[in-house]
Amino acid sequence: MFKIIHAEFLAPGIKRFVIEAPRIARKQKPGQFVILRIYEEGERIPVTIENSDPERSTISIVVQAAGKTTHLLNSLETGDAILDVVGPLGKPSEIRKYGTVVVVGGGVGTAMAYPTAAALKQAGNRVLSIVGARNQELVILEKEMRAVSDAVMITTDDGSYADKGFVTDKLRQLIENGTRIDLVIAVGPIVMMKAVAEMTRKENIHTVVSLNPIMIDGTGMCGGCRVLIDGKSEFACVDGPEFDAHKVDFSVLVQRNTMYRDAEQRSLAEYRHSKSAEAGKCAVTAPQGAQA
Amino acid sequence: MSPTATKSKNPVSPKDRMKIPRQLMPEQPAEERAHNFEEVNLGYSAELAQQEAKRCLECAKPTCTDNCPVGIDVKKFVELIVAGDFLGAAAKIREANVLPAITGRVCPQEDQCEGKCLLSKKVKPLGIGYLERFVADYEQKMGIHVVPNVAPTGKRVAVVGSGPSGLTVAGDLIQKGHKVRVFEALHEIGGVLVYGIPEFRLPKQIVREQIDYMREMGVEFETDVVVGRTVTIDELLEEEGYDAVFIGTGAGLPQFLNIAGEHLNGVYSANEFLTRINLMKAYKFPVYDEPMLDLKGRDVAVIGGGNTALDAIRSALRLGARKAYVIYRRSDAEMPARAEEVHHARQEGIDFQMLTAPIEFLSDGKGWLTAARCVRMELGEPDASGRRRPVPIQGSEFDLPLSVAVIAIGTSANPIVQSTTPGLVTNRKGYIQASEETQRTTRKGVFAGGDIVTGSATVILAMGAGRRAANSIHEYLTTGAW
Ligand SMILES: Cc1cc2nc3c(=O)[nH]c(=O)nc-3n(C[C@H](O)[C@H](O)[C@H](O)COP(=O)(O)OP(=O)(O)OC[C@H]3O[C@@H](n4cnc5c(N)ncnc54)[C@H](O)[C@@H]3O)c2cc1C
Ligand code: SF4
Ligand code: FES
Repeated sequence: MFKIIHAEFLAPGIKRFVIEAPRIARKQKPGQFVILRIYEEGERIPVTIENSDPERSTISIVVQAAGKTTHLLNSLETGDAILDVVGPLGKPSEIRKYGTVVVVGGGVGTAMAYPTAAALKQAGNRVLSIVGARNQELVILEKEMRAVSDAVMITTDDGSYADKGFVTDKLRQLIENGTRIDLVIAVGPIVMMKAVAEMTRKENIHTVVSLNPIMIDGTGMCGGCRVLIDGKSEFACVDGPEFDAHKVDFSVLVQRNTMYRDAEQRSLAEYRHSKSAEAGKCAVTAPQGAQA
Repeated sequence: MSPTATKSKNPVSPKDRMKIPRQLMPEQPAEERAHNFEEVNLGYSAELAQQEAKRCLECAKPTCTDNCPVGIDVKKFVELIVAGDFLGAAAKIREANVLPAITGRVCPQEDQCEGKCLLSKKVKPLGIGYLERFVADYEQKMGIHVVPNVAPTGKRVAVVGSGPSGLTVAGDLIQKGHKVRVFEALHEIGGVLVYGIPEFRLPKQIVREQIDYMREMGVEFETDVVVGRTVTIDELLEEEGYDAVFIGTGAGLPQFLNIAGEHLNGVYSANEFLTRINLMKAYKFPVYDEPMLDLKGRDVAVIGGGNTALDAIRSALRLGARKAYVIYRRSDAEMPARAEEVHHARQEGIDFQMLTAPIEFLSDGKGWLTAARCVRMELGEPDASGRRRPVPIQGSEFDLPLSVAVIAIGTSANPIVQSTTPGLVTNRKGYIQASEETQRTTRKGVFAGGDIVTGSATVILAMGAGRRAANSIHEYLTTGAW
């Protein structure tokens, strides 16, 4: 059992958890992730580690509700516990002095990009961060990103906050302004990472993306996380999760991530149904309780 | 090797023993079991067991024992069954083998004890595996657990991996008074016994009972620890104060065919397919959350001819597959699976496409598998393994329509521990180098055994390695000599 020391919503549907996990806290490096299972019948899902505090023996993760498991996770509160948390998994980000690094975080990907941005800054790089979200409410970790970046650019799809547009618009501006860029790191939705990769490929800018395929064990045992890199199968949990963006076959990644879409939708629908049934039951039983 | 009847407790004369037929294992009817995950074999009754035991010729030099990788005193335990002392028989087996309920079910007996049984020269060999299983189950049912009372030595041993090799090391060392803690990457203890071998061949309850027994004896288990990532071998030795470490991490890395279309939706590694079913209970979706492609009415094939391949395809059948094929590039004679499994699979209606290999997976253009393009093979000259090498027959290509293909062509070494432990020497294929006698590695205080040393082998060989490792760890802890 891994205790939740603190839980808070960062934005609607996006929650941060601080979890007691002494072993993981001691070893975690930026770019690594954990696999967790909430309860006995639960599935195992990978979640990037946002931060860790070895002294307090805690790690933090940021979770966006998408399927049943993440919805369930986001219903947990301070004081609850998660059955299994294993990690830190995957290879850490390669942190060294590159020069100028552009860190691109899309949506909840910002939480995954943040520790890498912080480490790159610490290593003496000039860090330019681009944070994208659908709307104002979903812009997360702005303060944190500002603290570790030389400049932060923000875009929202609907223009409700900062500049209307996509992260790639900002990246294009940087390139067009003649900014010397030694490395781009992009973490976020696959479409975003793909768009970034296509833009930087033309400019010959080394680009790294963090992939999030289907996983089970996270130790190289199941092969479910295989991704096509330069025409070869690699296992994202042990060879990644970060890969050279220009070698990634994004269409295979998109395709494989749809493998269980039907089952996932069914799980989520049933979960929602049971939630509303529960809520309904409460409404009915409350007066009865009052009578007794 | 001549049969002897001196002081025999067996009432049947040696001459008449050959006349008793090998007692059949009661089993679930094939049509029924093809639709459920319950165990195929139901086990001998006491009567059947004693009748079978009476067939033993009580050889002066029993070759069965010589051919058991852990040297179980077969003659003696079978004699105890004849005498009705089932618990005595179980105790006898336990001297050499701590997990008899498991090996009795999964050992390739035809290549080991039973393969060299003198009876098999004339009639069917003694059902040694069935008898072993019977006494182990009997002991379990009686609930007899002897918890040894030994003086603690004050020494601590870390075991990495909870498969049969690690469990054997833990069980042996705790009985010698050492403190033992097992670290496991997954959320369940048991290695391949829980994530690989399905319920219908090895009920998980049996594995769980063995593990509970170890807990009773004082073995500690810590799940969710990937050694090499969560904690390193050096940290276990230097910071956490362990006096010795045993590495039994298995051969977990699945191999792929490296043919076109292998990344299509519907193509699985056997490890993923079986892990979803056994460990994650995807067959109970949506009660369990882990999803699995719906196999009902679909055509499924497994590629490979080992136990893993048969476990996967028989699971697919039980999940409702319409057609269930085994595609194997060699012939029957070369199939590495246990004979009993092949027999059971045939009874259940698995379609064996022998001397056949896939060369490409075809798709519907939207990323989903629709067929395997296959080619027929013929056997040529023997290869490095001594088996005749399959060569493709020109122009024999054909397409086999499929919704799901499971690749079960073997595994290789998982590199996580090796790559994070300086000074730990591996061989060309990445398996850990360890002495065959002592299971010592090139690092002082670090031992290794099981599939991570030999490449994927068998449960009993992993246990044998565990036993040797436990003995030499004990010696190292007592004398300090390396
Ligand atoms: C589907 C299938 C069917 C089989 N059927 C049979 C059969 O019928 N008969 C037979 O004799 N053999 C069979 N085998 C082979 C047999 O199961 C193996 O040879 C045996 O389990 C090897 O035991 P082991 O202890 O070396 O490792 P494993 O059983 O592989 O266990 C290794 C354990 O270590 C854990 N681990 C790995 N890396 C780490 C790490 N870094 N830190 C912590 N833990 C780690 C793994 O999660 C696993 O639990 C079968 C194998 C499979 C896959
Ligand atoms: S452990 Fe295996 S080989 Fe040895 S006697 Fe038992 S079944 Fe036969
Ligand atoms: S998640 Fe199983 S091999 Fe990567």
